[in-house]
Amino acid sequence: MSPQQNPEITRKVLVTGASGLLGGAVAALLRAKGHHVRTFQRRPSAGATDEVLGSLIDPAAMRRATEGMDAVIHLAAKVSFTGSWHDFVSTNITGTHTLLEASKHAGVKDFVFVSSPSVAHFGEPLAGSGAGTADPERARGNYAKSKATAELNALAQDAPDFHVAAIRPHVVWGPGDTQLVERVIERAKGGRLPLLDHGAALIDTTYIDNAAAAIVRGLERMEFAHGRALVVSNGEPRPVGELISGICAAGGAPAPRLNVPGWLARGAGSVIERVWLAAGARNLVHDEPPMTRFLAEQLSTAHWFDQRETREVLDWAPEVSIDEGLHRLAAHYGGVRPRKANRTQVR
Amino acid sequence: MTELFPGVDRQYSRYVQVASTSTVDQTGTSHQWHLLDNESELAEKGITPVGTLLCVHGNPTWSYLWRGLLNHVSENDLPWRVIAVDQLDMGFSARTGVFRRLADRVNDLGDLTNTLEITGAVTTVGHDWGGIISLGWAVAHQHQLANVVLTNTAVHPAGFELPAALRLASHPAVHSWGTKSTDAFLRTTHSLAQPALAPEVRKAFMAPYTQASRRTGVANFVADIPFTEEHPSRPALDAISESVRSLKVPTLLLWGPKDPVFSDRYLRDLIFRLPHADVHRFEGAGHLLPEDRDIAVPVFDWLAAENSTGNIGRAEALTAYSPMLAELDSRTTDHSAAVVDINPAQTLSWAQLGTRVNDLAAGLAQIGVKPGDRVNLLVPPGIELTALIYACLRLGAVIVVADAGLGTKGLGRAIRGAGPSYLIGIDRALTGARVLNWPGTRIAAGDMSAAKRKLLGVQHTIGELLESGAGAAAGGTDFTPADPDADAAVLFTSGSTGPAKGVVYTHRQLAAMRDTLRETYNLKAGSALVAGFAPFALLGPALGATSVTPDMDVTAPRTLTASALADAAAAVDATTVFASPAALANVLDTKDSLNASQLKVLAGVSLMMSAGAPIPEPLLAKVQELVPQARVHTPYGMTEALPVTDIDLDGIRAAGSGNGVCVGTPVAGARVAIAVLDAEGTAGSEPLQTPNLTGEILVRAPHVKERYDRLWITEQLSTSIPGWHRTGDVGHLDESGRLWVEGRMGHVLRTPAGPTTPVAAEQAAESVHGAGRAALVGVGPAGTQAAVIVMESVPSARRAGPAPEALARAVRAAVAPTGTEVSAVLVVPDLPTDIRHNSKIDRAKLASWAAITLAGGRIGKP
Repeated sequence: MSPQQNPEITRKVLVTGASGLLGGAVAALLRAKGHHVRTFQRRPSAGATDEVLGSLIDPAAMRRATEGMDAVIHLAAKVSFTGSWHDFVSTNITGTHTLLEASKHAGVKDFVFVSSPSVAHFGEPLAGSGAGTADPERARGNYAKSKATAELNALAQDAPDFHVAAIRPHVVWGPGDTQLVERVIERAKGGRLPLLDHGAALIDTTYIDNAAAAIVRGLERMEFAHGRALVVSNGEPRPVGELISGICAAGGAPAPRLNVPGWLARGAGSVIERVWLAAGARNLVHDEPPMTRFLAEQLSTAHWFDQRETREVLDWAPEVSIDEGLHRLAAHYGGVRPRKANRTQVR
Repeated sequence: MTELFPGVDRQYSRYVQVASTSTVDQTGTSHQWHLLDNESELAEKGITPVGTLLCVHGNPTWSYLWRGLLNHVSENDLPWRVIAVDQLDMGFSARTGVFRRLADRVNDLGDLTNTLEITGAVTTVGHDWGGIISLGWAVAHQHQLANVVLTNTAVHPAGFELPAALRLASHPAVHSWGTKSTDAFLRTTHSLAQPALAPEVRKAFMAPYTQASRRTGVANFVADIPFTEEHPSRPALDAISESVRSLKVPTLLLWGPKDPVFSDRYLRDLIFRLPHADVHRFEGAGHLLPEDRDIAVPVFDWLAAENSTGNIGRAEALTAYSPMLAELDSRTTDHSAAVVDINPAQTLSWAQLGTRVNDLAAGLAQIGVKPGDRVNLLVPPGIELTALIYACLRLGAVIVVADAGLGTKGLGRAIRGAGPSYLIGIDRALTGARVLNWPGTRIAAGDMSAAKRKLLGVQHTIGELLESGAGAAAGGTDFTPADPDADAAVLFTSGSTGPAKGVVYTHRQLAAMRDTLRETYNLKAGSALVAGFAPFALLGPALGATSVTPDMDVTAPRTLTASALADAAAAVDATTVFASPAALANVLDTKDSLNASQLKVLAGVSLMMSAGAPIPEPLLAKVQELVPQARVHTPYGMTEALPVTDIDLDGIRAAGSGNGVCVGTPVAGARVAIAVLDAEGTAGSEPLQTPNLTGEILVRAPHVKERYDRLWITEQLSTSIPGWHRTGDVGHLDESGRLWVEGRMGHVLRTPAGPTTPVAAEQAAESVHGAGRAALVGVGPAGTQAAVIVMESVPSARRAGPAPEALARAVRAAVAPTGTEVSAVLVVPDLPTDIRHNSKIDRAKLASWAAITLAGGRIGKP
């Protein structure tokens, strides 16, 4: 049995982006499995015993971080709807490239690139789709375009002595998630969360623990996963309205009642996005726009995936169902009194 | 590979110089032909062909039409050489500068095959006017002719009106303009494709004909249609169409019925000339059949089947063959009631019915009805229909019985498909026949004024036939008994899975159906039955049982009231009642109107049988209360095999709940097996009787249909497991040998967990508080489908869309123990149901609606 197949054998694994929700979960899981984990991020993270501070635009820091490592799980990235293309290039494309080079130089054997299904999908409804090949030309938005380029580059480095796999978790959520859960709950509390087209679009999501487990399996099953891009999800597609209601209920927020036609939201999203980007360029706003065309599409068109290849290659199945995940989410919020909306309510 | 035109590999294209022996050319003339030919490809692959397909296009197409055949051979490495020619003056072959007529073209084709030195077996393939040219070659080369394949063609327009479209195209005023000066004729022909041709395909068809000078052949082809006796090509046409009758080689006729030029009547003419032909009508396809549908798969499957000697081996009959008329003939002096109508009241004794049948048969014979002729009966159940059926059986004429429940459109499609020579109908049916131009010499069931007769094109009435036939036959013995293995009847499926299919029964199979019913239900001669369910009801005289037709509109089962049922039963002291589930539901709804004597009559019923669709136990229990002394039975079956299994109320209670609907054990003479589904949801080829394995339900019985009518491909699929009929239903057998139906093959979900049948999940969903009827459908690609419940709710949803969260949660939880993980629950005000069986939910329609709804976007109606 090769070391890759036996999770009992302790390996030295570098996890980038460990200050994020998913990166933190991956690092914690690896530690729980007895691996030696080194983390790499800009700010010191809690519970770290071996960490290298630095960013993806700092080649020297990356060389230090990869030194002596057997494997790398690369989660760090610029994730945003806004921001200049240059920022995405330097962090997501150049940063990944530099990390790959540093890893090879340090003698790292396995490299898991954590990517996104959006690198290979282009706005049309997805029903039971396969992963597809990343396409920077057609991917939508700076984030997806830059991740597509980075993924193609990473997979191109796959070689007999340097295995590379891309894992693409789809819509990760769970306790502590600021990307989806917090926003949904906050907006629902403010009454600013409409359902698009009655929330019928069927979407796949990934509970945080499952996403972390699948990424770690990517490393453990590298012998079979290398050279591939695998979309990971719970494999439980649900109508988006039902998911949002479930998250709202868990967070103590009212379920959305307002229904908006999807075409209207997509159109409005385009406008808001343009205005926001223009305002951001002039330093007028610093946060994410309230609605983007991308978000409107995510909320009004189906996107769920064929999980058969992923599960076979990773020899893995999600342990936490959506219902169980919502239950845990409710427990997470149950200890906290519902916060008051701290912004002016916009209706 | 490089493509010459979309879908045509350049390597197939070749030019051949051919010396002409056609009389239209001067001696020594030769012409360049263009062909698509896979000879070199076969040689490269080292494949020795077992024969050659010689494919001849019509007007105004070219060899491009046959690219599908070439590509199919290439993709599957089949041992067939395919030569698709461009006729002279057509496609990319030479423009000869002379007017080539039919005889020239047939001779031209012979010149080509001589030059190509084609020896060995040849299968001719023809479309449109290429059909008759290929047949001309066929009759002249019978020594090497192996098979004939024809699609949408005609061999003789005699006796028929020339199709309007061609009449116009050949009219001197428009002929040159329409066919040569402009490309109107080409455009019109291309526009006949169903669905429309892709732009690049349309362009490829147009390519050889872009200039007027290249369209002379198109114009001449139209002008060469010999639609008058005096036409110069008439003798050649007559000679070929007569000689076609001498062709005994295997023949396949593939037809697109939506053809304004070569309509179904040309197909009927071809079947008449080539009675041994295998026929498949592609419902919904049109003139450009090779474009509309994949004909390559059936053509090569058919050729392979012709080359093998499979013997399917039929199921053993229960008893020695006894004709359908045996009981009737043994009772010529029996004056007890044989058939009774309630409204209008009429009774015929056995002796009277026998005479009526013989008189009618003689009358029909006098107007020319011969054994094998198809007679379409559009007459409601009752004495009239019964007499007509047995008269046709006596003559050996084939009865075509289509249910008005198919709706006018479905009925018309069924009738055109069966193509009867005679149509006997009530006024309403004759009006439909006239307006919609249904085929067949029209015979009126009732009396009719001269003016109306003229209006409806009615040539005879039943009254006249009875009168002219009266006494002509001294008795049944005057008629030659029908061949037991000759066609006796064409019945139609419900059309719940696409257009209704014609199902052919022989005399032997009808007799077997009768014997099975008699054995299974102990229907002794002398018993009396209420005929509320059409197919079984017609068997009364064959069983020797007195039958009564209740006062109801049989096309609408829900019109049977409890009183009407009781009155009918009283009229004959009925021991047996045949009814449909819809009829029984209405009987229960109206049971309060029954008086004491009616209740007493029903208490005398000893067998109540409900056929058509499974009945839920609670409904059946209420039926039992109405007929307390009766054994309440509900058989399972289909038009192709009626019945297959049977179960009674006690049996249903004993079976309890399970995965599907328990339909009991096989009836007398029938066997049931399962073709187990694999992980992809495909049925295996082994008939298994292992308990608890889910798969396609297979039936083997002496009363299984002979074949599907003019649906060769469908027939091949249904008999692909030798000796068994594939029902298209899915289910399993349990340890006690009982069959459980889990739905239709087409309704099986292909989820990542494997194939999933819908019934168990649906029953679970329906058990939830606030649930109405539910259907389980799959969305997404096969193998990774998501399971979706689409349901009615109580109270009814105002609009279609995602179910309220609480309902969705409850349904998901209720269904989970059946092994199905439900992704989405959608509610609708009403589930769409199949028009004929109000109880059958149209899952195919629901699945596509659910897929669209769950993809996001505006939610429409299912």
